[in-house]
Amino acid sequence: MRYERPTTLKAAAQMLAKEKGQAFILAGGTDLLVRLRTGFIEPDLIVDIKGINGSKAIQKTATGFKIGAAVSGAELGEHAALKKAWPGVVEAANLIGSKQVQGRCTMSGNLCNASPAADSVPALVAAAAKAVIVGPKGKRTVAVEEIPVGPGKTSLKKGEIIESIVLPKRPPKSGDAYLRFIPRTEMDIAVVGVGVNVTLDGKGIVTKARVALGAVAPTVRLVPAAAKALIGTKMDKAALDAMAAACSAACSPIDDKRGTRDFRIKVAGVLARRAALIARKRAGGK
Amino acid sequence: MSGIKVNTKINGDPVEFMCEPDETLLDVLRNRLNLTGAKEGCSTGDCGACSVTVDGRLTCSCLVLGAEAEGHNIGTIEGMAHGEELHPLQKKFIEHAALQCGVCTPGFLIAAKSLLDKNPDPTETEIRFGLAGNLCRCTGYDKIVRAVQDAAKDMRKSNSRKGA
Repeated sequence: MRYERPTTLKAAAQMLAKEKGQAFILAGGTDLLVRLRTGFIEPDLIVDIKGINGSKAIQKTATGFKIGAAVSGAELGEHAALKKAWPGVVEAANLIGSKQVQGRCTMSGNLCNASPAADSVPALVAAAAKAVIVGPKGKRTVAVEEIPVGPGKTSLKKGEIIESIVLPKRPPKSGDAYLRFIPRTEMDIAVVGVGVNVTLDGKGIVTKARVALGAVAPTVRLVPAAAKALIGTKMDKAALDAMAAACSAACSPIDDKRGTRDFRIKVAGVLARRAALIARKRAGGK
Repeated sequence: MSGIKVNTKINGDPVEFMCEPDETLLDVLRNRLNLTGAKEGCSTGDCGACSVTVDGRLTCSCLVLGAEAEGHNIGTIEGMAHGEELHPLQKKFIEHAALQCGVCTPGFLIAAKSLLDKNPDPTETEIRFGLAGNLCRCTGYDKIVRAVQDAAKDMRKSNSRKGA
């Protein structure tokens, strides 16, 4: 196995594209090193992207926030402006693992690991986040939900690297929230995760909404029907009931030791309702 | 030997070592540098026994490659006491008998120090959440939490004396 630490994205993409054997990208390493040490993968090349300029930066731009691929969960949690603008995204990212894991884990890694239960992903999808990808053929930008295509599988092509995740600029009176169900209080894998993002008008009526579910399907699921149930309402009981029903209807979960299929379907609706109310409160609604 | 030459600082001292590309920082510390305070528990980032700081940031050294240490400051349990003078957390762990077999203790001390560096007056809940990445199979955690609370109290007192 070789370890490389390129200083430019171009060099990194070339190394990955040229490699004939198994090549992996290293950012936080909290998934990669576990797989490496347990013999689950036998890499020929590991490309550490932390030496690349901008990979550890959170930038506030004219169009929102640009978060470098190697920014850790702890760094997200310490960024006051980001936390204020996107509390749901930051709380989701901060739920991943322990303080030790937070010191290293990244949202880009969480996305590329492509676990159906990834905590930061539903929040990113609800936030309409985009991933900026650099590869041998140049740069492209895609919606975050287009990256995972199945458990452990992504749409990234050979040589492609996520350079950053971009969060859009917030209209006034916007809020987001992420909730997950786990049997413990900390350090567990989501049985269900829900991200909700809303914008209100001056009267407290929802003008924009996005709802995304995790751990209830092979990939994260954006639920337009759930968003539609909220838009044009003040999130009264009928609207929340309709949204919860839409979330439950969008689930196609597995049965496993952490939760049954029926449980996950029911809890998706329950959590969506709670997350929506938190998002509304954060947007300045009552 | 083949391998990667790495220049780093460990507990403030410049250290140079050679390591294999797939060797973890934990293995480098223990097997090459004879710093055996960090322990190998799970090797998967779940137990926290191998906790160190990298540029002041708490992390599991089993989830870091040795090669990644290049140019960074590593803090280990060996750097916690000042010579013979134990850190207040170390003293309180002894006083409260916050350890039995001791394997998890270096990791708990590093994690507790990292917590108190950021939050000198944590609530019990904050302590329990802050140390949730460290597993202890002996104590039941309660004595550890009490020791951290007591150490935090002493450290606040001594800091306010210094500030006065």
